[in-house]
Amino acid sequence: MEKEALDLSAIRARLAQAKGRRYWRSLEEIAETPAFKEFLYREFPQGAAEWTDQLSRRSFLKVMGASLALAGLTSCSGQLAEKILPYVRQPEELIPGKPLFYASAMTLGGYATGVLVESHEGRPTKIEGNPDHPASLGSSDPFMQASILELYDPDRSQVVTRFGTRISTWDAFIQSLQTELDSLQANQGAGLRILTGLVTSPTLTSQLDAILAEFPQAKWHQYEPAGSDNARAGARLAFGRDVETIYNLAKADVVLSLDANFLGEGPAHIRYARDFSDKRRVWTGQTTQNRLYVVESTPSITGAKADHRLPLRASQMELFARAVAEAVGVKVGGAELAEHADWIAAVAGELQSHRGTGLVIAGNQQPPIVHALAHALNEALGNVGQTVLYTDPVAANPVDEMASLRELAEDMAADRVQLLIILDRNPVYEAPADLQFAELMFKVKTRIHLGLYEDETAELCQWHIPGLHYLEMWGDARAYDGTVSIIQPLIAPLYDGKSAYELLAAVLGQTGVSNLDLVRGYWQGQSSGGDFEARWRTALHNGIMADTTLPATSVSVQADFGSAPQAVGPQSLEIVFRPDPSVWDGCFANNGWLQELPKPMTKITWDNVALVSPATAERLGLSNEQVVELRYRERSVRAPVWITPGHADNSVTVHLGFGRSRAGSVGNGVGFNAYTLRTSEAPWFDTGLEISPTSEQYSLVTTQQHFNMEGRELVRTATLADYQARPDFAQEHSAGEGKHISLYPEYEYDGNAWGMTIDLTTCIGCNACTIACQAENNIPVVGKDQVLRGREMHWIRVDTYFEGELDNPAAHFQPVPCMHCEKAPCELVCPVVATVHDAEGLNNMVYNRCVGTRYCSNNCPYKVRRFNFLQYSNEDVPVLKLLMNPDVTVRQRGVMEKCTYCVQRINAARIEAKKENRAIRDGEIVTACQQACPTQAIIFGNINDKGSQVAQSKATPLNYGLLVELNTEPRTTYLAEVKNPNAELGGKIS
Amino acid sequence: MQSSEMLGKTPEVQLPAPVIGPGYTYGSVTDKISSLVLSRRTPLAWFVAFALASLGTAMLFGTIAYLLYGGIGIWGNNVPVGWGFDIVNFVWWVGIGHAGTLISAILLLFRQQWRTSINRFAEAMTLFAIANAGLYPLLHTGRPWFDYWLMPYPNTFGLWPNFRSPLVWDVFAISTYATVSFLFWYTGLIPDLATLRDRAKNPLLRILYGIFALGWRNSAAHWNRYHAAYLMLAALSTPLVVSVHSVVSLDFAAGIVPGWHATMFPPYFVAGAIFSGFAMVLTLSIPLRKAYGLEDFITMRHINNMAKIMLVTGLIVFYGYMMELFMGWYSGSQYEEYLILNRMTGPYAPLYWALILCNGLIPQLLWFRGVRNNLLVLFIISLIVNVGMWLERFVIIVTSLHRDFLPSAWGMYYPTIFDWTMFIGTIGFFLTLLLLFIRVLPVISIFEMRELVPESENA
Repeated sequence: MEKEALDLSAIRARLAQAKGRRYWRSLEEIAETPAFKEFLYREFPQGAAEWTDQLSRRSFLKVMGASLALAGLTSCSGQLAEKILPYVRQPEELIPGKPLFYASAMTLGGYATGVLVESHEGRPTKIEGNPDHPASLGSSDPFMQASILELYDPDRSQVVTRFGTRISTWDAFIQSLQTELDSLQANQGAGLRILTGLVTSPTLTSQLDAILAEFPQAKWHQYEPAGSDNARAGARLAFGRDVETIYNLAKADVVLSLDANFLGEGPAHIRYARDFSDKRRVWTGQTTQNRLYVVESTPSITGAKADHRLPLRASQMELFARAVAEAVGVKVGGAELAEHADWIAAVAGELQSHRGTGLVIAGNQQPPIVHALAHALNEALGNVGQTVLYTDPVAANPVDEMASLRELAEDMAADRVQLLIILDRNPVYEAPADLQFAELMFKVKTRIHLGLYEDETAELCQWHIPGLHYLEMWGDARAYDGTVSIIQPLIAPLYDGKSAYELLAAVLGQTGVSNLDLVRGYWQGQSSGGDFEARWRTALHNGIMADTTLPATSVSVQADFGSAPQAVGPQSLEIVFRPDPSVWDGCFANNGWLQELPKPMTKITWDNVALVSPATAERLGLSNEQVVELRYRERSVRAPVWITPGHADNSVTVHLGFGRSRAGSVGNGVGFNAYTLRTSEAPWFDTGLEISPTSEQYSLVTTQQHFNMEGRELVRTATLADYQARPDFAQEHSAGEGKHISLYPEYEYDGNAWGMTIDLTTCIGCNACTIACQAENNIPVVGKDQVLRGREMHWIRVDTYFEGELDNPAAHFQPVPCMHCEKAPCELVCPVVATVHDAEGLNNMVYNRCVGTRYCSNNCPYKVRRFNFLQYSNEDVPVLKLLMNPDVTVRQRGVMEKCTYCVQRINAARIEAKKENRAIRDGEIVTACQQACPTQAIIFGNINDKGSQVAQSKATPLNYGLLVELNTEPRTTYLAEVKNPNAELGGKIS
Repeated sequence: MQSSEMLGKTPEVQLPAPVIGPGYTYGSVTDKISSLVLSRRTPLAWFVAFALASLGTAMLFGTIAYLLYGGIGIWGNNVPVGWGFDIVNFVWWVGIGHAGTLISAILLLFRQQWRTSINRFAEAMTLFAIANAGLYPLLHTGRPWFDYWLMPYPNTFGLWPNFRSPLVWDVFAISTYATVSFLFWYTGLIPDLATLRDRAKNPLLRILYGIFALGWRNSAAHWNRYHAAYLMLAALSTPLVVSVHSVVSLDFAAGIVPGWHATMFPPYFVAGAIFSGFAMVLTLSIPLRKAYGLEDFITMRHINNMAKIMLVTGLIVFYGYMMELFMGWYSGSQYEEYLILNRMTGPYAPLYWALILCNGLIPQLLWFRGVRNNLLVLFIISLIVNVGMWLERFVIIVTSLHRDFLPSAWGMYYPTIFDWTMFIGTIGFFLTLLLLFIRVLPVISIFEMRELVPESENA
């Protein structure tokens, strides 16, 4: 109900004219505003009448009547019509049953990664990386893979709402917005604030610029809870200007990471992982490897891949960086870290001896000075232009996001904000606690939220506009190197959503312009002649816009930045905040795939924890799953403890993204909210944490309980030197290997024989394969209680084993899918022949035939079979049916399932090959896990074809099978892990 | 063998203790046994026991209904422990179902007359135990409505079951055993059913017993054929006693799981089955003879003999445990070695040690005649052995599965409330059937007891 300004003098006049006694309830009544008349006329306020849960009899009848009357018009609605007729006019290129792929881009933290989206008859089902996109190179990560589930999430907001519950319409919103804007027009938009995440989109930027031009007093704030403020400030500190730092790991032989999880986080991590692994892969005959030193507080996958890893408190990283700088000869005010002198000397020595091929990377959560030191080091070592490139910022308007948000908060507190438009961000949940954003919200007169979910922020806004998923909208965004991708929709909006572009266009008064016209119009405007249509189509087709990569700029480190080492505070307990490896900053909290994804280093699902090192746990008397109260700056939160080997001592890591109250039915109440401890002064780490143990226990679920190999030869490792001395090291194990004795005749494979190798040297344990498999193969989510019972359904899991000392163990990753054994123990014991060997060596699972005795799972030594103990596949929610891959059976309760080597992809390739009357080419079949793998650690193909990649990799001495002593003859084998430790540091993997 | 002090005989006579009390005639034997069914007032205790047992039965069928509705996920099974209480209880019940046929068939062939008074009721126990055992494999599958796919029958799939799978062997072994056990039991009942028909005063009962007596007229020709048939069935059943549990053990032995994959399993399982079967017969017969005053028919000689069989089979089972340990070490396989260590020191170690105590150590008391003759102690030991045999199956199935080859895949198994209601429910169902049997059929073979009457005169 729009409120109009009341004319008080008119009210007075009206009261004076009244004859007799007149009772009045409100000023609106006397004024006889249209809104009040409507209020009297309608039984319920506008928007609340028809669609609330408890329908009154009258409105029910009204709706019923209307429904009947309009029943004939249903075909006009935006609902998906169920058509069973074949196409009268076949849409071009669309063959029922054959998927089409379209290029688009997904953004996280504002940066784009190119995707190829598989579409079945107009319904996107699977995301792959775009091979042409620099940030993807065809690979993906768990977020990208899981974003398809977000599209079909039934908890997404579906209609425009007012005050949380009242259903409204976009038109009503536009009207109301216009009224607001009109009143703001008078004072040049003072009081208008727009809060976005980091914006790289040229179109959005141009719109924002236009708004700022129209409303000069308005302000645009940007905030990313897991953003890179520190990197930007570090660049400004070192160079006096903003630059984007890009690493070229393809040229780096020695890499020092200062708390940087560059393989797992950041806008270019997929690309970095590819480049890093290319320098590491040895099975191809490469005789050298890069060497990775990682200094970090929280164990990460990057640390796990390091040749040398040093656990160090985050707050000591500056000292460490200064010490390295000092040792390398960079004069920035050195420091000493006596206890790690040999380490520092070794690293410095290596970096110096690898001028131009060394690289120092600082982590986003490290303060600006560490970034500046890294820049100085890279410059001094001649790495700039080689392994490090600088470009202009990718962000359209790089700001200090924390300062930007603080400014907004201050303005809100001072009642200077009248209209707040929040685009795709959730500050009520994710703003630092000291800003008290939720309370400040009420000081803003009109609050508008656009987002995929009716989240914590939407709850406190008068208007919530359902956002569009990137698969439903037009847009554009830049990758880490500036390359522009056009985001194109794969499906019409499922609900009444609007994109940020449309909302901003509405602010500009362009209400009738479609999302496509906004984006296309911008680029048409940018076009400098020539055939725009052709360029536009090429950009859409390729997923990147040509010639948009930012050129390298040359910058130089300013003298005497931060010459005085920061005084190290008292050695009190340190708290470290990290984005979660599964749900990131909380934006994926309602994504069941990601919630159930075991975190790489702990294998915990469905929770976040307070990570502590074994020594610290011992000192504080903490045990796993014990609930502790974390107190920091007068705020406290209760969290369960998880002791993790390799964590820095005297430090506690908490992951952001949990403890949400309005994430949706999946994410609500999962874990604890670490944002409640986070402050704007120290968003990433700080000392001064207090821990008080409680007697409470909290049940945490992990998919792996034993991280010790128990002396079994499961992951075989050697140093590069060892490998070169004894190339057969991986074969020196396992009595009984190679002696195949069987009662049954051997199978003969005349045609294809499918096989897989997994390279443990390059596997970084990032979990992309697990989620890719889940998306490809319609694998259900089971929930925390079922994971606790040991019933997770992942067809490919990544095992993590620790080796060596408790305080800093080496970690090894081993992805385990079905081995497709030649002599499969599962096949033998199935009473109903539901799991059978096929002519190409696949171990097939016949779901229809399975009665579910689970004997096969008991007899599987790899325990890769998964059983539908309950009805896990959701058959009730219609929108989730759209998610399913039509080429893969959806399994029923009581049926066993497991990795099929993506048999549907094999068959698709077989059909293509048969049509062309040729053999299937090597590389033509790419399994889902293989396709997702950022490091190309998974190789699949025909082992009968001696020229195939997989046959060649199996012919190397690195190749070994898991548990071959059981005579299972697995088709999936592993390439032993080779690491490259420094002889100066003992030449051992640590 | 001697219990002469008890019978007040002089030691030098050295006669075996009688299998029937003194002073019985054909008539009094018949009267006594048939009166339990026909004339004696049903004791109040029977009603109480029946009410409790029926409660258990109701719980069982309630659980089954929920199981079919929800799926076997209502139990605690998981990956890696795909089989939990379902198969533990299956094997336990099958084991209990062993004593009946052993007593009836093998002891008949060996002309062990002392079997006579306990065989009927041991056979009934066998049938009821098999009925319970059969429930588990039928219901433990993910889709029980397709269980019939395990049977070889002509079908449109053009598919046989997988004859390499021990589960298919199981189907044959169990169904054969159940069929033959039933026939054997029923054949044995026919003359007695005729007796009841003749003695029943209630016309309805006369008709019912008459129908089931299949026209038995006590003619010499009948007896002639009857003895031939009974002997043949006994000969048929004898190999089954060995085969059933051997095949059940192959479910495990044919798998590659450490702790399952052992050639020793068939004899070890058969001994275990007889051990538990006799323990169950003792558990049931001690209170039964007391409640119905059957001390003269189920004499101390029976009790003593059963205790001795328990001792012998218990020793074989204990030897099996020791051999498992030895083979774990001797195999040289790190998986087998770990398995043994894990059994003794892992998370389920208390159950392993309880098993050794229940099945290995406590039965050694049966060496003592005083223990064998003390009904209360014997009753307690038999209960302990029942528990021990259940623990044995749990240890074999769960501790082997929960930590096999890849440490990353190790897990734990915890039964849920529905595992327990199903298990306790089967015990209730078993007792229900047994109580009904006691009430409506002669619990001791009348005609075979009559054959013992001359011994009664001697006694």
